[in-house]
Amino acid sequence: MSQKHPIPHVPGFSAEELVSKIGFCEQLKGGVIMDVVNAEQARIAEEAGACAVMALERVPADIRKQGGVARASDPEMITAIQAAVSIPVMAKVRIGHFVEAQVLEALEVDCIDESEVLTPADEQFHVDKRRFKTPFVCGCRDLGEALRRIHEGAAMIRTKGEAGTGNVVEAVRHMRALWAGIRELRGQDVKFLERKAVEHRVPYELVAWVAESQKLPVPNFSAGGIATPADAALMLQLGAEAVFVGSGIFKSSDPQRRAKAIVRATTHFNDPKVLAEVSKGLGEPMPGLEVASLPPEQRLASRGW
Amino acid sequence: MNGHDERPVGVLALQGDFADHEDALAAFGVATRQVRVAADLHGLAGLVLPGGESTTMLKLLDVEGLWQPLGDSLRSGIPVLATCAGMILLAERVEHPNQRSFGLLPITVVRNGYGRQYHSGTFPLRSDVLPAGTTGTFIRAPRISQVRPGADCEVLAWRDQDPVLVRCGAMLAAGFHPELQPGHPVTAMWVAMVRTARGAALAH
Repeated sequence: MSQKHPIPHVPGFSAEELVSKIGFCEQLKGGVIMDVVNAEQARIAEEAGACAVMALERVPADIRKQGGVARASDPEMITAIQAAVSIPVMAKVRIGHFVEAQVLEALEVDCIDESEVLTPADEQFHVDKRRFKTPFVCGCRDLGEALRRIHEGAAMIRTKGEAGTGNVVEAVRHMRALWAGIRELRGQDVKFLERKAVEHRVPYELVAWVAESQKLPVPNFSAGGIATPADAALMLQLGAEAVFVGSGIFKSSDPQRRAKAIVRATTHFNDPKVLAEVSKGLGEPMPGLEVASLPPEQRLASRGW
Repeated sequence: MNGHDERPVGVLALQGDFADHEDALAAFGVATRQVRVAADLHGLAGLVLPGGESTTMLKLLDVEGLWQPLGDSLRSGIPVLATCAGMILLAERVEHPNQRSFGLLPITVVRNGYGRQYHSGTFPLRSDVLPAGTTGTFIRAPRISQVRPGADCEVLAWRDQDPVLVRCGAMLAAGFHPELQPGHPVTAMWVAMVRTARGAALAH
């Protein structure tokens, strides 16, 4: 087990807590985590086979459209969703907003997403996730960003993609970059790994573990722009262990049906026959956005570092 | 051992931490096969129902038409290891909320019986059969509220006063996660059951 969960000792953070946090995230593998904005959507998601829901006030597509500061959700709404379903309930906090995280922990949400989809609260520091008993998931665009978040105590990583676009291109870019970063370490000598540790701004031990194991020490999920069953299967074939689907479900013309189809596509990501079957007649997907046309300040993935 | 029996054990792979179970079994030299469709159930030496979300698994069992064939395999008498969500699927009675199950294990379980993830953690186990100092990681774990009196079911470990590891015939079920345990003592116990069953099968 020490082989599997190699995060260097961190003050106030026991190895057992680590197994419990990462272990929670392991249970979500092969599943779909769906964004929901109320109890009714949460029930639809659970009924469709979601392995967890992400409670938030506005899905990323609406945050884009409406603008303004996006903050953590109203506790009342989170509590209502917790009461409505038996699957795990996650919720988002702004990058660096450790008090929003304290509030979510007090509500006993099962997992906290420190998310670039909300407006960042701190331009210097992410939340010190080791101080919390609740597992955190954080976004990344490449290996360095993933390792920095893991070193801060994230129990799960998701590649960021570009949320609210219905366009999977950024999710693919980030997943490929992450694996390229991992593969680059394979078989390298100590000097090279030491240099990488400096470059990624994380302890050498973490880089050395990834070099040896050729994977992240925590589950590696995908998010941001997944709109179809084939998108979900694409991310799993590229090495994601589960997917987050945000606007893609409840912004489509037939959320129930699409949700079920994406769940099934995630289970059978390697079976094109099943993928063909579940992709039939789903109605309109969410309207997509061309990412290249987004001005830099509207790109959510560039939030965080 | 039993080199003549090449049958793998099946690991239900609809959703959950099936890969960790496969890693743990591989450490004992046991070949595994992921089970996603009915055809995957043929010729198995045993079955693992892993942790994950039991509601999700129930939905997918229906969608895949697996409820009946998986139930048949589970009832065939091959060794079964059921953990966390898997134990919920196997239990005779499920509460909080009430939900459907295969009903093969004479126990009542309460879903999330120890609370939400905030209350998850690693706790000491009391057991005469596991190595001293063995702990179990409980993650939104089901609580066994009752083992049906008079049932042919042996409690092998407790967390405080609660049974957390039971063996009923060829079925071994845990509310915690053997695949996350250092050294995998529960997995080892189940592998021994599989090898004994294989030996018996070969003797016939």
